[in-house]
Amino acid sequence: MIAIVDYGAGNLNSVKKAFDHLGAQVVVTDQPELVAAADKVVLPGVGHFSSLGALYRTGLHEVLLNGVSAKRPFLGICLGMQWCFEGSEECSEIPGAGIFPGKCRQFPSSVKSPHVGWNSLMVQHGSRLLRGIAQDSFVYYTHSFHAPQVTATTGASEHGLWFAGAVERDNVFGVQFHPEKSGEVGLSILKNFCEV
Amino acid sequence: MLTKRIIACLDMDGGRVVKGVRFKNLRDAGDPAACATAHAAQGADEIVLLDITATSGNRRTLLDAVRRTARSLFVPFTVGGGIRSLEDAASVFDAGADKIAVNSAAVSDPALIGRIAGRFGSQAVVVAIDAKRIDETFEVFVAGGRVSTGHNAIQWAREAAAWGAGEILLTSMDRDGTQSGFDCELVSAVAQAVSIPVIASGGAGSARDFIEVFHRGHADAALAASIFHFGIENIAQLKGELHHARVPVRWPC
Repeated sequence: MIAIVDYGAGNLNSVKKAFDHLGAQVVVTDQPELVAAADKVVLPGVGHFSSLGALYRTGLHEVLLNGVSAKRPFLGICLGMQWCFEGSEECSEIPGAGIFPGKCRQFPSSVKSPHVGWNSLMVQHGSRLLRGIAQDSFVYYTHSFHAPQVTATTGASEHGLWFAGAVERDNVFGVQFHPEKSGEVGLSILKNFCEV
Repeated sequence: MLTKRIIACLDMDGGRVVKGVRFKNLRDAGDPAACATAHAAQGADEIVLLDITATSGNRRTLLDAVRRTARSLFVPFTVGGGIRSLEDAASVFDAGADKIAVNSAAVSDPALIGRIAGRFGSQAVVVAIDAKRIDETFEVFVAGGRVSTGHNAIQWAREAAAWGAGEILLTSMDRDGTQSGFDCELVSAVAQAVSIPVIASGGAGSARDFIEVFHRGHADAALAASIFHFGIENIAQLKGELHHARVPVRWPC
């Protein structure tokens, strides 16, 4: 069972629908016990970094971190991936999980923000999440803040600068783009997560 | 590299996709869910469903169409038409939309943009502007192009962005359904006035029109309806031509 964590940020239905389409067993829940009992966890989310505050108010953050320590597969999507870093300039009061180093920052003023649309992804060889994904495949992004390039970066895109589009270490995976909205490429990535 | 988006628009009336010329003379173009899936399979980067005769009476029809369309669609999906409150928006998101488009209601109550963005994020709020040339300026019209507001379209786009809009969907009423080309002057003026993406709409008739609106109009995305429904131009072929003209597009997709 894959638990999709509901903390009130954005449209979880589209993520669930994509997993349903792949035939995966998923549950959308805000219950820490259900999240703790799942085999895999997906932390989605769109919108403002401050909405991650709900994870701390509900105690879900501890359940998520315990799962990460126990090497339980975790996929953060968009804000969910940003949570894996140390924090974001968007909201300094809410900390990130600090699984990856650095803070999320705004795009340079030379480019349009938010970064909305299909951008090509430079894929790092050896990624488990991006297995079988062709170099420069297109994925759908919609965000104003970006995560820095780190050693765990497995996919990068460019918009005024190069930023982390996908990260992974052990069983922690993160994607800044929306696989549930990235057509066949996105579905293949979610399928890879199901098979981790 | 961020690509230019080609967006297929489905104008819906009473649960069916229709298309008119200059907002009039509607022709039937099929079932929304089937049209959306077909366009996505051909390479549409995004689907917009607009309920053009939205009244409270057919709200149920709209939500049902949104639900059916969203079920098998894995590209971004925007829904507009008759969204007047945060509750209206919430029910459309709940039915499976990724973004909502607001038009008339945002003009009469701009704070609505902020309320929806506050709850669902700016990325989920598209402000649709119907603009018409009046003398030397572009004026905003509402209620499906029937009512003049006296507002300047470029100024309104700036205000909408300041209220928290994530994108502007800009329709030239003079060009809508005519297949005579986008109004590049209008698109360029708005694209340069705001930092959020601008979707050009109204007038698409050929691949050349799309090339023009990206190069000369500085559009981030272009939307078309009539040319796609009746097979005049298929999206895959259009994207191939854009690619050859060095417009960055998701191709092959």
